[in-house]
Amino acid sequence: MTATSKATRDQAHARVFDLDAMSLRELNQALHGLAPGSNETAWEVLNPKGNHSVAVGVDQPVSIDVRGSVGYYCGGMNSGGTITVHGSAGPGVGENMMSGSITVKGDASQYAGATGKGGLLVIEGNASSRCGISMKGIDIVVHGNIGHMSAFMAQSGNLVVLGDAGDALGDSIYEARLFVRGKVDSLGADCIAKEMRPEHLELLQGLLDRAGVTGVKPSEFKRYGSARTLYNFNIDNADAY
Amino acid sequence: MTYRNPPTTPRKSATFDDYTLSEIRRAAATGIYDIRGAGAKRKLPHFDDLLFLGASISRYPLEGYRERCDTSVVLGSRHAKKPIELKIPITIAGMSFGSLSGPAKEALGRGATLSGTSTTTGDGGMTEEERGHSKQLVYQYLPSRYGMNLRDLRRADAIEVVVGQGAKPGGGGMLLGQKISDRVAEMRTLPKGIDQRSASRHPDWTGPDDLEIKILELREITDWEKPIYVKVGGARPYYDTALAVKAGADVVVVDGMQGGTAATQEVFIENVGQPTLACIRPAVQALQDLGMHRKVQLIISGGIRNGADVAKALALGVDAVSIGTAALVALGDNDPRWEAEYNDLGTTAGAYDDWHEGRDPAGITTQDPDLMKRVDPVAAGRRLANYLKVMTLEAQTIARACGKNSLHNLEPEDLVALTIEAAAMAGVPLAGTNWIPGKNGF
Repeated sequence: MTATSKATRDQAHARVFDLDAMSLRELNQALHGLAPGSNETAWEVLNPKGNHSVAVGVDQPVSIDVRGSVGYYCGGMNSGGTITVHGSAGPGVGENMMSGSITVKGDASQYAGATGKGGLLVIEGNASSRCGISMKGIDIVVHGNIGHMSAFMAQSGNLVVLGDAGDALGDSIYEARLFVRGKVDSLGADCIAKEMRPEHLELLQGLLDRAGVTGVKPSEFKRYGSARTLYNFNIDNADAY
Repeated sequence: MTYRNPPTTPRKSATFDDYTLSEIRRAAATGIYDIRGAGAKRKLPHFDDLLFLGASISRYPLEGYRERCDTSVVLGSRHAKKPIELKIPITIAGMSFGSLSGPAKEALGRGATLSGTSTTTGDGGMTEEERGHSKQLVYQYLPSRYGMNLRDLRRADAIEVVVGQGAKPGGGGMLLGQKISDRVAEMRTLPKGIDQRSASRHPDWTGPDDLEIKILELREITDWEKPIYVKVGGARPYYDTALAVKAGADVVVVDGMQGGTAATQEVFIENVGQPTLACIRPAVQALQDLGMHRKVQLIISGGIRNGADVAKALALGVDAVSIGTAALVALGDNDPRWEAEYNDLGTTAGAYDDWHEGRDPAGITTQDPDLMKRVDPVAAGRRLANYLKVMTLEAQTIARACGKNSLHNLEPEDLVALTIEAAAMAGVPLAGTNWIPGKNGF
C-alpha cells in the first residue's frame, strides 16, 4: 500500500471536528481523552479561523490535519502528534514541543518552536522574528526566510533556513546548530560562522529529507553556532553583553 | 614638653561605610559586580512597623485555645475545576532544584505536606523528590522553561506563571558553573560547568494580551483543572495585579523586595523593587477596583518571618502568604552549628548568602553530594512543619484577640502604624491618631 493511499484511507476515517459547530475545548478535551493505543489516529479540524491553542497538549501518536489558519500556540507542547496546518500559523506554533512533528503549509508568526525540546517543526513558508528562540532540542526547518532575533539563547537542536535570516541570529547561543542557505543580516553576540564538516553535511541532509525538501544540497548552506566565549563570565567580554 | 592639640576622633563616613568601602575594593580587584542569594538586606519599612489593636470594649475577643479560629484557604476558585485547598494560609515559595539540593527539596515537600500546604518548584523543573513528597505542588512556568514538559505540567496541582521576582523585577538569574552538575545540566539542557544565564522575560509572549492567550493555552493543555497563578515582582503592584487579573489569573502572587533569590547582583537586590509592605495595599486596591477581591486570590511574599507578619498581611487584604528564606532557615540554613565552616568561607552564620557558589555548609543550597548528605529530609521536614505550626498558632492568637473566628476576617481596621512611612504604605492610621497619610489628599 502506498503512503498516499494510506493517507486517503486515514482521512476517510478521520474524526472530524468543525470548530464552527464545536468548541475548542471539546476538540482539545477529546484529544486529551485518547487512551494509549486508541485506533482513533486520524483527526481533521475544520474552520480553525485563527483560533488560539488548537491541538495543544497532544500526548498520543495521532495525526491531525487542520484545514485553515490558526492563531497562537497551535500544537503547543505536542508530544508525539503529527500536526499539519493547511494554512498559516500565529505566534508560538509548536512552543515547547516534546516530540512528534508539526508542519505549517503557509507562513508562521513570531517565536515559532520557542523552547522546543524535541520533534520536528517544518514551516513551508516564512517564519517571523524569534524563530527557535530558546530552543532546547527541537529541529526546525523553514523553507523561506526567518526574522530577527531568531535562535536567541538557543541551547540545543537544529535550525535550518533555506532562505535568509534577519538581524542578531543566534544571539547568546549555546549548543544549538544553525544552518542558513541565504544571507544573514547580522549575527548576535557569541554567534559565529563555523566550518561545515562531513558530519554536519550528513546531519543536514537528514533534516532536509525529514522535512520533505528536495532539490537543495547541504553544501549550499553555511553553519553557525556558539563561539563559547560567553559561557563563563569574564569582565573583558562585557562589551558583548 | 610640647603641647598637642586634642586629636579629633576618627570619623567614618555614613555614605562610605565599611561595607561600601569593601565593595569598592572588591569591585576594583575583580572587575565584576557582586552576585549573591537572598533578598534585600537593607532596613526597609516592614510589618514590624505595624501593631494590632486587640479587643477591649469596642471589640469582643475570642477565647484563646477554646474558640475556633479558621486558618484554611482556597486558592484558584475563579476558573479552575480543582482549586487548591490549604489548611493554613502559608505556602512554600518557588525555589529551584539546582539552587537547592534534592534532599532540601524533599524536606520542603515533607514539611509542607505535614502542614497541609503546598510547595512550589522553581527554575530547574520538577523533581521526583519534590513531587513525591508534596501533596500539593505548584509548578512554575518560567521564562527559561528548563525542564518544562507536558507530563510534569499535568502532574502539578497548580501552575504559576512567573513573570517577576521580588529580588529582581525585570532581571534574570545567574547560576555559576560550579553548581551545574550532571543532573542539573541534563534537566536544563545545558553543557556542564557553564555559567547559566536564565532569561528575564518569557520568549514566546511580549505583553499582557499575549499573557492572556498563554494562560488560555495552559488551561487548555491542563483541561481547565488547575489554578493558574501569576507571580510578579513587587514593582508596580497596582498595574501588574490588574493586568494579571485581566489576563485571567486565578491567583496573583506579589513578591516584595525582601523576597529571596538564588543568585542575582547585589546592586539589583538592594535597589530595584518595592518593600513587601508597600506592595500589599496597591495590589489589594487593584482587586477591589476590579471587583475581584477574594475572587482572584492574592498571595504576598518577601520577608515573612512569623505569625504576626502573616496576620498583618492578611489584615491588609491578602489571602495567603508565601515563605522562602524563612523555610530554608527552618530546614537548617545558616545554622550556627556550622559556624566554623561559615568562617572559612569568610562569613558567619546568619549572613551566608553566596548560595550560587554551591558550598553551603548546611547542605541546602548546594549540589555537592557530601554536603547535601547533611540534610536529613525527614528531620528537616519535621522542623519546617513545626515552624509552620508555630506561625499559624501565632497568627490565630492575634486574630482571636481581635475577635476574629477566621484569619481572613482580620482587616485594616485592626491595625495602626508606628511610623508615618508605614502608615502611608499600609493605608492604616498612625498610632494614636486617625491620620492616614495620603488619604483625602494630605
